[in-house]
Amino acid sequence: MAESLLEVKDLVKYYPLTQGVLFRKQVGAVKAVDGVSFGLRAGETLGIVGESGCGKSTVARMLVSLERPTAGSITYKGEDISRLSGRALKAVRRNIQMVFQDPYTSLNPRMTVGDIIGEPYEIHPEVAPKGDRRRKVQELLDVVPDLGLYINRYPHQFSGGQRQRIGIARGLALQPEIIVADEPVSALDVSVQAQVVNLLEKLQDEFGLSYVFIAHDLSIVRHISDRVGVMYLGRIVEIGTDAEIYEHPTHPYTQALLSAVPVPDPQARAHRERIILSGDVPSPANPPSGCRFRTRCWKAQERCTTEVPLLAVPEVFTSGPAAHPSACHFAAEKRVVPHMPPQEGGRPVGKDTD
Amino acid sequence: MLLEVRDLHVEFTTRDGVAKAVNGVDYSVEEGETLAVLGESGSGKSVTAQAVMGILDVPPGRIAGGEILFKGRDLLRMKEEERRRIRGAEMAMIFQDALSALNPVLTVGKQLGEMYEVHRGMSRKDARAKAVELMDRVRIPAAKQRVGDYPHQFSGGMRQRIMIAMALALEPSLIIADEPTTALDVTVQAQVMDLLAELQRELNMGLILITHDLGVVADVADKIAVMYAGRIVEAAPVHEIYKAPAHPYTRGLLDSIPRLDQKGQELYAIKGLPPNLLRIPPGCAFNPRCPMAQELCRSDVPPLYPVTESPVARASACHFWKECLHG
Ligand SMILES: Nc1ncnc2c1ncn2[C@@H]1O[C@H](COP(=O)(O)OP(=O)(O)OP(=O)(O)O)[C@@H](O)[C@H]1O
Ligand SMILES: Nc1ncnc2c1ncn2[C@@H]1O[C@H](COP(=O)(O)OP(=O)(O)OP(=O)(O)O)[C@@H](O)[C@H]1O
Ligand code: SF4
Ligand code: SF4
Ligand SMILES: [Mg+2]
Ligand SMILES: [Mg+2]
Repeated sequence: MAESLLEVKDLVKYYPLTQGVLFRKQVGAVKAVDGVSFGLRAGETLGIVGESGCGKSTVARMLVSLERPTAGSITYKGEDISRLSGRALKAVRRNIQMVFQDPYTSLNPRMTVGDIIGEPYEIHPEVAPKGDRRRKVQELLDVVPDLGLYINRYPHQFSGGQRQRIGIARGLALQPEIIVADEPVSALDVSVQAQVVNLLEKLQDEFGLSYVFIAHDLSIVRHISDRVGVMYLGRIVEIGTDAEIYEHPTHPYTQALLSAVPVPDPQARAHRERIILSGDVPSPANPPSGCRFRTRCWKAQERCTTEVPLLAVPEVFTSGPAAHPSACHFAAEKRVVPHMPPQEGGRPVGKDTD
Repeated sequence: MLLEVRDLHVEFTTRDGVAKAVNGVDYSVEEGETLAVLGESGSGKSVTAQAVMGILDVPPGRIAGGEILFKGRDLLRMKEEERRRIRGAEMAMIFQDALSALNPVLTVGKQLGEMYEVHRGMSRKDARAKAVELMDRVRIPAAKQRVGDYPHQFSGGMRQRIMIAMALALEPSLIIADEPTTALDVTVQAQVMDLLAELQRELNMGLILITHDLGVVADVADKIAVMYAGRIVEAAPVHEIYKAPAHPYTRGLLDSIPRLDQKGQELYAIKGLPPNLLRIPPGCAFNPRCPMAQELCRSDVPPLYPVTESPVARASACHFWKECLHG
């Protein structure tokens, strides 16, 4: 992992839970992120998946220095950036930009598209001197299809997909190296989602960007990612290449998550096994002892209550695609995504009725 | 036929003009059958459902034409009193957001029990016992202890199960579920969808499932109606549609989905954007985005053609459905 552009180690974020109005007393903490480590290499896309509340956005906010970790480090080009301030922080922020989930609320309704995209230059005038800004903005808009003509329009005059593209253009303004995209397509319809994903991939090739791509849609994540990390209750439970995670998952939670994804193709559906988990995700203020997944895990045993499983390559796997980090005492392979022969256009093209 | 919607038109008067949200919808569902209504945001799925349930926002909404036959009788010609009786007892709706659909100041036991008190004239005590039974049925753990809890004390998945319980209370013959699992996590989504499908089979109800998730559809539906700009553009049994769509919009939708089981190159994307309902293009509403569009498409509105080559009933609102079907 020496060649990592960004290296995250034992990242922790606790939010204090307080009680009382006059004397606010801390009565506990929401353990939003509780020991997350991963590396991001230059030019790669790391996908992060997991259910609502598992801490994905909190990780994202720490990566772009919108929040300070409670503990742990974020190393960028050999320097821990998690404790920086002042000018050093500003310089780093330029290189790590965020694209947000909600194209409606993340754009200022009273600014024109040109102003929104040019706003980062106000904070970082060194990137584009004043006289040069309009041209820079126009260039960015030209990168993003069908926005180029609308530099003087307001966000509400655009559709959700177009607004998301404005957000992406703004993220590119400072020519960052890393883009952290927090659910950039979750609010969009499938047909528009495809347009935005294609744009992200094209820009990555063009500018050599690295992405951290956060989503709860496992299919989209597989499509765009080189490697994928699966989160549960503030921790990464399994991480590996897309083939390792999707075709050779060894953690029970990953297996359940994959099996729960509705598969559109009825033929593929017939070949898969579904794992229906019982119960709900526990509260991050009071996570289960030992393995956090044990309250919903069908394989849980005594040891899972007392001993925290570490994220490491399980000893039982010495080589092959199953040998990737998985935080389970009883890691075992289980194929849940049915393997279908590749088909043109991603859709079965048979014409006969059976 | 349990429910048959014929040529339904709904309009909204807005500041900028009249928005034609529903422009001649036809669909039907039988007892024990699941119809999935699929389409992009704003295509008119919810508005059609609201018209069927009789809960449309009037004004600004207005039913501009059509019939809604429930067990052979036109709901649009009934007195409000009779519709109210049918609503709840014979047809019920499950909404996307359970928290806003449940009353926050009443316990769930009270809300479930009320169905029996009001519609069945049960005593409060009996109604409460029924409420516990219902909660058991939708698998709320420790139902007896939790019947006195308020909606916010339950998790999202449990609240959605309580919504299902409420809709099922009077064993209606038709359920409309409007994006019942969109707000839930994937693993909880699977739990809830399974439960709904199981209860539907058990009670032999007709189910209209509104969604924009093609995956959810494939898991439970018998047939699909695809909506675009306020119309049904394709209707067919699930398997047929996946095998060979007979409308270019359906084809585009299917091709846009990234697949879990393979890593493709570039995703197929339908170009352009859904139409503005204030200015629906003349001819086929899909023509500005359609890769197969011809001159005819820009002038003539395609009727819902029967797909005559199919051994099972299916229909497509495309002048060139034959060419589309054959890829
Ligand atoms: N500022 C905050 N104060 C207190 N708790 C917080 C704060 N921000 C997040 N949390 C809690 O931390 C946990 C993780 O939240 P986070 O937003 O990172 O989850 P997520 O994985 O992004 O979920 P989603 O998929 O719903 O966006 C949640 O339980 C959340 O309620
Ligand atoms: N009360 C209302 N007043 C004005 N316009 C409305 C009203 N309700 C719905 N509409 C319009 O009718 C159209 C169809 O809306 P509808 O809610 O049926 O879409 P939908 O297919 O359910 O979309 P989604 O997937 O986003 O739920 C939309 O353009 C919407 O803006
Ligand atoms: S450590 Fe135990 S509880 Fe956790 S995932 Fe593995 S088997 Fe399940
Ligand atoms: S009628 Fe014409 S424009 Fe409409 S879907 Fe068919 S080919 Fe395309
Ligand atoms: Mg989030
Ligand atoms: Mg809707």
